[in-house]
Amino acid sequence: MSIRKEITKGIFKESPIFVQLLGMCPTLAVTTSVVNGLGMGLSATVVLVASNMAISLIRNFIPNKIRIASYIVVIAGFVSMIEMLLKAYLPAVSKSLGLFIPLIVVNCIILARAEAFASQNTVGKSAADGLGMGLGFTLALVIISTIREILGNGTFLGMPVFGSNFQPATMLILPPGAFMVLGLLIGLINLISSKKKGGNAE
Amino acid sequence: MIIDLVLLSITTILVNNFVLVKFLGCCPFLGVSKQVDTAVGMSLAVTFVMTVASAATYLVQTFILNPLNIGYMQTVAFILVIAVLVQFVEMVIQKFSPALYNSLGIYLPLITTNCAVLGVAILNITEQYDFIYSVVYGFSAGLSFMLAIVLFAGVRERLETSDIPEVMKGFPIALVTAGLIAMAFLGFQGLKFN
Repeated sequence: MSIRKEITKGIFKESPIFVQLLGMCPTLAVTTSVVNGLGMGLSATVVLVASNMAISLIRNFIPNKIRIASYIVVIAGFVSMIEMLLKAYLPAVSKSLGLFIPLIVVNCIILARAEAFASQNTVGKSAADGLGMGLGFTLALVIISTIREILGNGTFLGMPVFGSNFQPATMLILPPGAFMVLGLLIGLINLISSKKKGGNAE
Repeated sequence: MIIDLVLLSITTILVNNFVLVKFLGCCPFLGVSKQVDTAVGMSLAVTFVMTVASAATYLVQTFILNPLNIGYMQTVAFILVIAVLVQFVEMVIQKFSPALYNSLGIYLPLITTNCAVLGVAILNITEQYDFIYSVVYGFSAGLSFMLAIVLFAGVRERLETSDIPEVMKGFPIALVTAGLIAMAFLGFQGLKFN
């Protein structure tokens, strides 16, 4: 498979959130505004690419029995770096994402890619896979947070979209909105893909 | 003191429910909630690990990270402590209660990557709780996870037999249901303690 294919598969065909249903906690928690979604997505992308490359480089030296523990340590190292960088250069983003930055360590997407892909493929391919999955994750977060921010707060990237008479549906930026928007989006994607296949969707 | 602890506990379980309000531990919440029995087993194991992990990570932070001034190693240190702890709990249960091990076995390794466990450990430090508060907070967080997942599993058992549009079957309808439960929990926001 070519490098380009590795990148695009993460964005559409194997989208980590809409198709593989991984990494639900950050998806539901940080998508209250587009800025947060973008910040979370890009941080996770950097960690994914870096950890995929590092794990692919050392894949032949790790004993099979302790591989998961070693992956977690590698990932935790990169997450600590991102955490410190965000604190230094983007304190506002760091503050609003808060707890969810250190929690990138236990994001299932990253461990899943390390175990399923980086531990068996070359460095170049693993980097491409990490980039693709990371961008797919970011895209999904941006889609969900756009819907929630526009309808729930009446703004996009902090700028008001509607006139002053607009009454935002605050429910959408509260916790229940997160579950519902994601559920309905996955339903919509199922509907589109079943129509594409020519099956009869209800 | 005791009253403070009880209030902390109630607030954690109902008002700031870990799963439905803070979104910690969503993966097992959505993954292991198809049946009530397994949900109960999983949440018992999680509650135990969370309580012990709160105590262990508090000690690590106070007696290792702070004196050595290496607070930036927090994430790495905590995840290692939790991984070791889960492994240890697994071995102990296997040795002393094979029956319990057989019913919980498959869920135990999964707890390492349950973000609620690492989450409660980090929250204990950022909220600057002392040792007793940390342990109570960890235990209540486990109970709040249990409440959410058992309620949700009960609803999902019924969803299995209901007539749902094809495209919404499985995961999408489960998410919408979780949204409705979360909405019910918003009602607890009105609880005020003085």
